[in-house]
Formats: sequence, C-alpha cells, structure tokens
Amino acid sequence: MSARLLSHVEQLDEAYDLAVIGAGPAGLAAATEAAEAGARVLLLDENGTPGGQIYRAITRNDPQELPFLGRDYWKGKALADSFLAATLDYAPTATAWSLDPAPQDRDEKATGLARIGVSLGGAARRIDARAVLLATGAMERPMPVPGWTLPGVMTAGAAQIALKSAGIVPTGRVVLAGCGPLIYLLAAQLLDAGTRIVELLDTSDRERRLPALRHLPGFLRSPYLSKGLGLLWKVRRSLKVVSGVTALRITGQGSAEAVTYCRGGRERTLAADCVLLHQGVVPNINLASAAGCAIEWNETQRAFQPTTDGEGRSSLPGVFVVGDGAGIGGAEHAEVSGRIAARAALRDLGLAPEAGDDLAALVTQRRRLARGRAFLDNLYLPAEPFRAPQDDETIVCRCEEVTAGQVREAVALGVPGPNQLKTFLRCGMGPCQGRMCALTVSEIMAAERSVSPAEIGVYRLRPPVKPLRLSELAAMPQTPEALIAVTGRTADGDH
Amino acid sequence: MFRRLREPSPSDTVTFSFDGRALRAAPGQSLATALLAAGVSAFRTSVVGGEPRAPYCLMGVCFDCLVTVDGVHNRQSCLIEVRDGMVVESQDGAPAIAAESAA
Repeated sequence: MSARLLSHVEQLDEAYDLAVIGAGPAGLAAATEAAEAGARVLLLDENGTPGGQIYRAITRNDPQELPFLGRDYWKGKALADSFLAATLDYAPTATAWSLDPAPQDRDEKATGLARIGVSLGGAARRIDARAVLLATGAMERPMPVPGWTLPGVMTAGAAQIALKSAGIVPTGRVVLAGCGPLIYLLAAQLLDAGTRIVELLDTSDRERRLPALRHLPGFLRSPYLSKGLGLLWKVRRSLKVVSGVTALRITGQGSAEAVTYCRGGRERTLAADCVLLHQGVVPNINLASAAGCAIEWNETQRAFQPTTDGEGRSSLPGVFVVGDGAGIGGAEHAEVSGRIAARAALRDLGLAPEAGDDLAALVTQRRRLARGRAFLDNLYLPAEPFRAPQDDETIVCRCEEVTAGQVREAVALGVPGPNQLKTFLRCGMGPCQGRMCALTVSEIMAAERSVSPAEIGVYRLRPPVKPLRLSELAAMPQTPEALIAVTGRTADGDH
Repeated sequence: MFRRLREPSPSDTVTFSFDGRALRAAPGQSLATALLAAGVSAFRTSVVGGEPRAPYCLMGVCFDCLVTVDGVHNRQSCLIEVRDGMVVESQDGAPAIAAESAA
C-alpha cells in the first residue's frame, strides 16, 4: 500500500483516528508510526512535497545534482519514502486554519472529537479527529534591524529554501549577518554552489561564552562538535568573517544597497545587493496557541512554546505538539519525539497496548539527540539589542509597519501587554498574524518594564490562523440553526 | 537577484505572466522562487507606507510575498506552485475590494 494523495477537501474522510499537521521530520515520523500500527491517519501540510523546511523538496532532489546540501539533508529521504509507502491519507498544499479541541468533561477528559478547519483545492471544510498531532515546526527568530523590510533582505533560511526547492542562489554582493549554526551551514552550502559571499557579519554575543561553558561537556559528546568545527573551519577559510558585530542596519532606495555595521565602537559600510539575516529558530506556535494550548516561556531558548509532557501531550486532551514546534531540538530529535507522541496517542485512544521496552529505547535515543543543545542555545542566544531593537525607527511589525519607538511609547502610556497593544497600534494584526513581531514585542515590553517576557506573555491568537477566502467559508455546509441565526430564514426560505 | 544553478530545458518549462510580462519557470517550483529567478525584485508595495516588499521567509510565515494570482488577491506566492498560464500581478498597497453584484 501507499499514501493516498488528496487534492480536494471532498476527498477527505469525515473523521480520522489521528490527524497530523505538518510534514517535517516530527509529522512524517508520527504519521508513519501511527499508520503502521493500523490507525486511520491524515497528514495535512502546506507544501507540495513532504519534508518540512529541513528536508524541503527531498523527494524531488537528486544527490548527484545538489551534493552540497549535505548528509544531514539526504537523511530525510528514507523518512519521506517510508511515509509515502504507509497506508494513510496525505493532503499536500492544504491549509489547516483552525483547530477546535474536543469538548471536555469535568475530569478534563475529551468527550468527543477535535475539529479541524481545512482548505484544499480551493474549498474549505471541517473534519474530525480523535487525536490531533501538531508538528508545525520552527520559524526563524525575527531579526528586526533598520532596513530589514527592503527587497534584497531575506532570512538565511529563505535562501536555503530557494536552494533546496528551486535550485536558485543569490547573486551580486551577498552579505550574511547574524548568529547561530544555520548561518554557517548556509554559507558553506552557498560557497559550494558557487556563490561569492562578501562577508559574514557574526553578531554572536561574546557575553554568552561564560554561561555556555557550563554546558560544554554535553556538547563535546554530541555530533554537533565535529559538524560545527568542520563548518567553522570551512567558512572561515573561504570568506571574511567579522566577529563581534554589535549593531547593523541596511539601507537602500527601493532595495538593499548597503549594510552598515558596528564593531568595537567603529562603524563600517559595505555595499550589498542581498543581505541574509539569521539569529536562530523558534517554535511556530500559532495553531497550538489559537487552539487554546497552554503556552509557556522557555528562558534558555528565549521563546514561547506549548506546554507538553514527556510524550507530547499538550494541556488540551487529545492534542499533541511535537518536534521543533514544541521547543527547538533539531530534525533528528523531532523525528524521535514524533514517534514517541504517535505511540502515546495510540495508547490514549486504546489502539495500542501499554508502553514497552521499545518506548524506553526511543526515550533514551531522544535524550542522546538532545545532547549539546543547551550549549548551542546558551552560546548563540542573540544579544538583547538584536532581540529588542534599540533604534526607535526600526520596524517591529512588518505588516502594519509599527516601529520599536511606537511600542515603547505605548508601554510608557501604560499599555500592559501585547494584546492591549493591538488596540493601540494594530501591531500584530496584519496578514502574518503576529508571526513576525510577537517575540520582538514581548521582548521590548519586558525590557521596558525590567521583567521577564514570561510575565508579559505573548499575543492571544484566534482562528483562522491562515487567511481563508470568504467565499470558501460561505460555501461550507451550515446547520439549519446557523442559517436561521444569521439570515433569519431556513434553507427553504421560510421565516 | 538570483540565478539558477541549472537552466531548465526549453521543453520543460512553464510560461506565466507577471504584470503583463511573459516569464518562464521550471515546473514544480513555487511561484515566489519563479519570480525571484526571473529577476523580479519587488512583489508588492506595503499597505501602510507604500514601500516595496519582496519575500523574506519563503516558508509561509512573513506574508511579504503576497501577489494577485488569476484575479485572487493576497495569495502567498511561496506556497503555491507556478503553473502554465498563470496570470500574476503585483499588489499596490491595500487591494480594493471589488463589489460583486448580488444575484
């Protein structure tokens, strides 16, 4: 058997045992695991092919043509292949725009089915699932610097996606700026693809070296060590790396033309046509948050994440959150956490026996894969000026074009939190629904008040979490009660 | 600007238009990467300040790659595959809502 590919909402079943959202490593592993155990599984994903961002276009790419994507990338092929060979429903290019958790009884046990709003093939529909597993992955931490909205400025991840999914690379004067392992990985890949990089401006915070040191032993025993050293050596040998960059701005008329950076109190300007920014990745929590999952602040990773137990259960019965969407752990960690959560979901549904030794083995494997992460998290935590921009003119909310200065003014006026800020400034209310500004807003408000972002909180989100055409919504089947409530008439036209 | 590592063979391309210009792309790629590869630098102007914008994340979270596709506003070009005959237009600020006549 193999996966049934769906291209229209009409092809979806009314209900599934398990609905998985996201086709990255966590989602693919979870869906495959559950389908192989005999559960009725649906996987919904925004992209056209499986793999998520890390294994983007893995089923379409050829290792002979793009060898420089690296061994870690090609590892995804086996995962995607076993997923496509499993007996399940797979809906690529689908949008999951809402999740209503199952109703709960007094003991907080689910008493029905969760309901998911889906758009696929130009039409919308709601379907049910006994359990839902959110594997929505990570997104890059916003890096708000003056000029980051100019054409020609992208994230490093975007350049990597362009390379993986379309075989295209930036041309002209390319400058990379930011911190973290991914920016070095991208630099190495672009170099191998024949791109000339003018400079890599490393914004790593030197103050982080000491707190990171405590976590060095775990890192030394992790595969990150040899990979990281290899990358650093390759990149530093092949291009100019400027360390200790403390401020950055991009200027240009209509598109990026130059980067000005500050190092050791001195400014320098570089001509640049393409600026690739990156300062780590954070969980993409919009769907979990809009569904009502409890959200907590992770101080080490300095990001908000859904609260989960050791097996991926969120605060809502029947809703699991796994992979980087539940806290950053990397691709292989996500894959194992997906397998663990799928088994937990099957046990909760009575579709699998009690946990055995194989679960203990997965938990051990996951612990091993988490090794070294704390060191990286500590070492590459971006410096405060890059998390809460100092320059008042810096745009924070790209959609509504709200600046850091406006957010600070609002705090000074007594606006207590991110949700109230929306009313004052429309900050976070544009099409991206706060994805690009949520963390920055919480960081600025926390800094202004000298408290932790944990105390400030983050935007409350509501469905639909992705844009949905009104015509799609209107064409969905409605109950007679809903028709009367809205139109005052029944479907037959009676009053 | 971007360049293709490998040019698609002429027999294996799709043709689409952007603001009336005919462009070619390799099949299977996203509309956003097709536009970037064709040399399009700005996809739209921003809704508040009227400033030029182009894709920032290419993974569906930033919404800066919004374009009008076959008459439908605000499509995320990084999430849709480029198709033969697609009519794509840049967006100038906030799109006006066209009133459809009531049946």
